[in-house]
Amino acid sequence: MHGKGTAFLMMIVTAMVSFLTFSYSYVGAGEKPAEVRKDDIPKFFVPSPPSSENFPCSKCHQFRAADKTKRKLQEYHTTVELKHAEEQRWCYDCHEGDKLKLQNGQLINFDKSYYLCGQCHGIIFRDWKAGVHGKRTGSWDGDKLYRLCVNCHDPHQPKYKPLEPKQPPKKPADIK
Amino acid sequence: MSKEIRKNPLEANLHRRTFMKGIAAGLAGAVLPVSAADAFNWDSFLQKHFKEMSDEEIKRVIERLEKEASLEWKKNIHISATKALPNVKFGYGLDLSRCIGCRKCVYACVEENNQSRMPQVQWITVLRFKKGEKWTDLENSEKYYKPKEVPEKDFFYMPVQCQQCENPPCVKVCPTKATWKEPDGIVVVDYNWCIGCRYCMAACPYGARRFNWAKPNIPEKELNPEAHYLGNRPRYKGVVEKCTFCIQRTRAGKYPACVEVCPVGARKFGNLLDPKSEIRYLIENKRVFRLKEDLNTEPKFYYFFTT
Amino acid sequence: MITVLFKALGRTVIGDVRYYAWLSFLMVVIGLGVNAYMQQIDRGLIITAMRDQVSWGFYIANFTFLVGVAAAAVLLVIPAYLYQFKPIKEIVLFGEILAVTAIIMCILFIMVDLGQPMRVWHLLPVIGMMNFPSSLLAWDVIVLNGYLLINLLLVFYALGRFVQGKDYKLSLVLPLILLSIPWAVSIHTVTAFLYNGLPARPFWNASILAPRFLASAFCSGPAIMIILLQVIRRASKVEIDNKAIFKIAELIAYTMGINLFLLGAEIFKEFYSGSIHKAPLEYLYLGLHGKALLVPWMRTALVFNITAFVIFLLPKMRENFYALNIGAVLIIAGVYIEKGMGLIVPGFIPDSLGEIYEYWPSSQEIIITAGIWAFGALFYTLFAKFIIPVYTGELKIGNQ
Repeated sequence: MHGKGTAFLMMIVTAMVSFLTFSYSYVGAGEKPAEVRKDDIPKFFVPSPPSSENFPCSKCHQFRAADKTKRKLQEYHTTVELKHAEEQRWCYDCHEGDKLKLQNGQLINFDKSYYLCGQCHGIIFRDWKAGVHGKRTGSWDGDKLYRLCVNCHDPHQPKYKPLEPKQPPKKPADIK
Repeated sequence: MSKEIRKNPLEANLHRRTFMKGIAAGLAGAVLPVSAADAFNWDSFLQKHFKEMSDEEIKRVIERLEKEASLEWKKNIHISATKALPNVKFGYGLDLSRCIGCRKCVYACVEENNQSRMPQVQWITVLRFKKGEKWTDLENSEKYYKPKEVPEKDFFYMPVQCQQCENPPCVKVCPTKATWKEPDGIVVVDYNWCIGCRYCMAACPYGARRFNWAKPNIPEKELNPEAHYLGNRPRYKGVVEKCTFCIQRTRAGKYPACVEVCPVGARKFGNLLDPKSEIRYLIENKRVFRLKEDLNTEPKFYYFFTT
Repeated sequence: MITVLFKALGRTVIGDVRYYAWLSFLMVVIGLGVNAYMQQIDRGLIITAMRDQVSWGFYIANFTFLVGVAAAAVLLVIPAYLYQFKPIKEIVLFGEILAVTAIIMCILFIMVDLGQPMRVWHLLPVIGMMNFPSSLLAWDVIVLNGYLLINLLLVFYALGRFVQGKDYKLSLVLPLILLSIPWAVSIHTVTAFLYNGLPARPFWNASILAPRFLASAFCSGPAIMIILLQVIRRASKVEIDNKAIFKIAELIAYTMGINLFLLGAEIFKEFYSGSIHKAPLEYLYLGLHGKALLVPWMRTALVFNITAFVIFLLPKMRENFYALNIGAVLIIAGVYIEKGMGLIVPGFIPDSLGEIYEYWPSSQEIIITAGIWAFGALFYTLFAKFIIPVYTGELKIGNQ
């Protein structure tokens, strides 16, 4: 009687364990550790724009206490006029120490700044990776040189600056 | 038949023979201003159609053309005759939400493709339209805009060049088959076969073709010596030319000059037969349209919007 | 026979002072035309006013008008040969010579319009690479040259028979005549299709184009004939019955009526429908966006055509030589404007990208055109002078 009960219990436990093992293998299916996740980040870039003379930030900020009150800066960094969701954010929402800060707190280097922009500009990020947003040079059937977002867009005033157009064509009556 | 001097009211002696001599002299005199221009070249005159020549013949023709071009332009020109790559059909994408109308593409094309500066030839035309106004009939376009800065508020820009149609009306009407569609989809012109009748220009719905009304004029310093027989080699007076998707670059794997120079990346290019190309991506993911699609010319130049 | 023909050739340079003056005048104009053409060979077509926006102009306009004139010779052929309408039979020869002259002028206009005229052999089949049947220009080359050949054969056959004092054998020449009728219609239809088949040019891409071409051709060609016949009658011993001239005038009335009706149909369609495609017609008759260079010309041509229609319609008027000749001149001028500049230029206005470039021929273009017209006049004059003595029986075998 005891033997039969134990056997039955063992069967239930085995079934449950197998069931749980199986089901756990489906949890986080996108994060299968066996496969490398493809995130289509481009391989080649033109040189990034030069860093400001204030880089690295820790040069000064190591010795200053961080005042995280949102305000208009008076002492330093006065040339930076933020025109980029300035109602909702300010410096410390994107900058931390010598790196950039993502929404989940993760810190990234300046040469991967596209992750930061891509947080809000998801469609553009996807298009940029596919090569459809922004300038790309190289070979149509080979390697292509990308640009970082900041190569064309000033991150503090990202609207693309107008430029002077080249000469219009000659009118037909003026071609002699 | 009398040989008499016929009496006439003027009482002048008008011999038939004198009259004939006078006519002959007059005609001869009229013909004199014939300029003793270029010496007549039999090889050039009898040159066969490009598609009829064997590879060997093409090589010899190119040698002759390179020599002629070097003498003419005082620079060593290299003319290639690369054939179309297999499994390739070129497609072009133009992002209308990005083009700012700066015309850098126009001038990059002029330099890359050895277009005449005087008289001016520009293969790319940039049209400007007012936002909110009728524009599909193109009559509301403006191509001579000259503001201080672009883009201008309330306007958008649409560059037009040869659409490399799959069903090209220009090829259909050319009386000598001097223009045809290559296997990789580029519509080309054999500048040594074209007779300059300009029927193709009347047939093109996109105003893409240009005629050399006079001898092309290119400053020596700006001449691009890397050329293709069907593309950017220096051309002649009296023949038709147009955009060839930079055949000398694209058959070597590179992007056309206009794609590379566009500062905002509004121009996209690739192989329509490659499912992973950027051109396929944008056709499949963006709202694309083509100009004058109702004419069924099947252009390979797609306009799209990303915002 | 050869002796007779040589004697006839000799006659071409005998005439009175008016004849020599006429020939000299034509030679001078031809000389100026050749001179201007040499400049064009040297500098290129840039000496014309044509540019990329309006790539066909005055030369092609003249070509189109003259193809119509050539086709109209058939209007005389049908009654003459088929219905044995005696008065017309006598003068059909001069109509065929007009057709030959007109075709030669057409070929000359094409040659001066080409950017690389030396390469014209590329157009030929076998030695060149003629794009037949796809290109309508290839068709045009075939039909125009074929028409030239047919007419030359007919003329020289008739000539040969007259030299022998005989009438032509209808049985021998009937197949060729029967061929020449649809062929004449086809040369002008092919030329119309050349423009018609281009969806890029909505002004031309209208089904009405081919019928309009034929209707206007069949007014202008016979009108030229009316004037030429009177000149020939005045200047030589050829007898031409008034009935022939009046018959031609009657036929012109009907064809001009059709031409005006078709014009009305076009105007209704474009302006009532009101689509963007009304722009070229608007440019012609009303001006477009302030550009109105051709408006006075088109309105004048319309007035000419309507006036001439009335003159030719009323028998009393068309049988009065004064009114008849005014009517003929009005028709020639009206159709020349309407079918020449009034057809070619608006095909390109606005151009494919919406631009308006107002084309007006440059002075060199006009001089070269005048040179070709003078050459045509000279050709016709000499040919007629050559043929008339044979035709009248003055020169024939056994009658030197």
